[in-house]
Amino acid sequence: MIDLAWLVVAIPLASSALLLLLGRRSDAWGHLFATAAAVAAFVVGLLVVGEVLGQSPEERINDVHLFSWIPAGELSIDAGLRVDPLSLTFVMLITFVGSLIHVYSIGYMTHDPARRRFFAYLNLFVAAMLVLVLADSYALLFVGWEGVGLASYLLIGFWNYNTEYAVAAKKAFVMNRVGDMGLIVAMGLMFASLGTVSFSGVDAAANGLSTPMATAIGLLLLLGACGKSAQFPLQAWLGDAMAGPTPVSALIHAATMVTAGVYLIVRADSIFSAAPTAQLVTACVGAFTLLLGAAIACGKDDIKKSLAGSTMSQIGYMVLAAGLGPIGYAYAIFHLVTHGFFKAGLFLGAGSVMHANGDSTDMRTYGGLRKVMLVTWATFAVCWLAIIGVPPFAGFYSKDKIIETAFVGEGWQPWVFGGAALVGAAVTAFYMSRMFFMTFHGKARWVDEASKLGADDPRPRRHPHESPLVMTLPVVVLAIGAVSLGFLLSLGDGITGWLEPVTGHAEHHEPVLPVPVIITATLVLVAAGVALAWRQYGMNSVPLTAPTGSALTRAARRDFFADDVNEALAMRPGQHLTRTLVYADTAVLDGAVTGAAAGTVASGRVLRKLQNGYVRSYAAMILAGVVIAGAVLHLVRL
Amino acid sequence: MSLMHYLVLSGILFTIGAVTVLVRRNAILAFMGVELMLNSCNLALVAFSRVHGTLTGQVMAFYVMVVAAAEVVVGLAIIVSIYRARRTVSVDEPSLLRN
Repeated sequence: MIDLAWLVVAIPLASSALLLLLGRRSDAWGHLFATAAAVAAFVVGLLVVGEVLGQSPEERINDVHLFSWIPAGELSIDAGLRVDPLSLTFVMLITFVGSLIHVYSIGYMTHDPARRRFFAYLNLFVAAMLVLVLADSYALLFVGWEGVGLASYLLIGFWNYNTEYAVAAKKAFVMNRVGDMGLIVAMGLMFASLGTVSFSGVDAAANGLSTPMATAIGLLLLLGACGKSAQFPLQAWLGDAMAGPTPVSALIHAATMVTAGVYLIVRADSIFSAAPTAQLVTACVGAFTLLLGAAIACGKDDIKKSLAGSTMSQIGYMVLAAGLGPIGYAYAIFHLVTHGFFKAGLFLGAGSVMHANGDSTDMRTYGGLRKVMLVTWATFAVCWLAIIGVPPFAGFYSKDKIIETAFVGEGWQPWVFGGAALVGAAVTAFYMSRMFFMTFHGKARWVDEASKLGADDPRPRRHPHESPLVMTLPVVVLAIGAVSLGFLLSLGDGITGWLEPVTGHAEHHEPVLPVPVIITATLVLVAAGVALAWRQYGMNSVPLTAPTGSALTRAARRDFFADDVNEALAMRPGQHLTRTLVYADTAVLDGAVTGAAAGTVASGRVLRKLQNGYVRSYAAMILAGVVIAGAVLHLVRL
Repeated sequence: MSLMHYLVLSGILFTIGAVTVLVRRNAILAFMGVELMLNSCNLALVAFSRVHGTLTGQVMAFYVMVVAAAEVVVGLAIIVSIYRARRTVSVDEPSLLRN
């Protein structure tokens, strides 16, 4: 069965190609076919997991050779799959959550004329993401890396007749390219210093790397991870990426693609272990982004953009854990899995709410939706409790482990990282509770369409209703995961033991504070965050238009001026540079070419005058020529 | 009679022929100028041949005469056909190939 692991990738890829090639002929059944392909990939993945579970832990790293891909002299790259606990964890997450989101999309995209194309892109994404996680070399990983970038671009800009959405897609694509440059250069350095880019080759030889080289490769890999995972300083695209349909936000920009950076860091363990500086920078980036994303999430009134800030923040937690080295890897992946469930659940819940409110994303026009959307309310509540880390929900198990691990170490680091993680937990509790209370509780800030209130009422007219079963069912499944997954995955050795063949055995270290103190502090801070949000947005009424707010709020609403900084530092200088180059091209290069042509034409025009048709003048010219030639010869003789 | 006399005479004849070609509009006269230039060359060739005591120059002069005869045949034919077509033998009139 392990030899058939390529089927996991091939099924969605073939389905995507089929739907795109058949075009409108497959409109009627395309969505069902694509969903079946995603489920089939999940089933194959499940069979592979079953077989790997039958192996003893030491044997669980399987390399499946597929074909010789780039045999070019010294550079010889084989395409193969690495089937090991880490990649299988991702395969399960991607195909399971992916299948649920396919099902949800059947309902969500019912009225979209291009639904078949949407499903083809979703399948393309699933296939590319599976290539990314199953690749056995950085080169093949890069193919998947670009594939998910392409799918993300296509899906963010799915409604590209709206210029703003098309611009958001382009922004995501361009910012991802910046990160990709890091990955490409890192691969180049690996090949230059180690002569290979396969995982097994790099892992075997990484010990011999000099520290500066390992640091350079590590930092470049981190740059790639930052681009894909929306970490500082390449985080600005994620908020705009919410322009895509909500299932896309749930699958690509919350559960799977944006976590690829964390996967890369964990996968490149051998490089990062040889480069403590790169590890420290990784942890700093994670700690900073988790606070930045949380602050952005507090400031946004757009439910999807607030969730995008939250995603940034939660991935910050994972990157922080991954930056702590082998003791954090397993917890980073643990949080990644639970986050994939509850964040997908939150996004799909938000999608249901938007669906019910005429596609409005402004939380200030929601309120009191619990009565009309009971199932959505219940699932959202479960996912909300999971993300803020209330026991026994999934987020408690995974996030608490990360906070504990962040407190391990010496010197200033445990206090800074642990402190950031603690503060982040409190802010997470605040902004998620704010979202929850603003959406489902308090007084309704909308008017039912049927009501007889006067036309001067400023509140929008809505007709909220619960979503159909095809949309609620996947969310219920995700909510069940959000309740139980944390407990299930930490049973016994749990996910730590399962991942141990890949992440290596980590000695248990005691945090600088006793564990019960950390847990208590976390829970107290979480409770404080929820209480504050309840006081502000649950008990008090929420104004329909946003108040001016403090300077911090205003900055958070504008993503802490990330766009302004990028525009000032990169976009405008870039535009000036390209314009200068275009000018130089037209003036100098084109000028030389067209100038030569114009000179030829002009000299021809002058010489043409000599061709006057008078035989006698020709004769005179011939004579003059002969005389001149004779004179020259005579002079040269002398 | 030294070589110089022949050469000076040849030069004078050549100049007269060249000026005739350049100045006269009548095609027949221009033609005669060309003949004069050719024959001045022949004179120079024969003179050199005589000085060197070889036959090369004289043979060359015969060639020139043969070619000149052929050229006259073609040239006069052109002039006659131009005259038939345009009722003129001026070399300036048929300047149709200008520019």
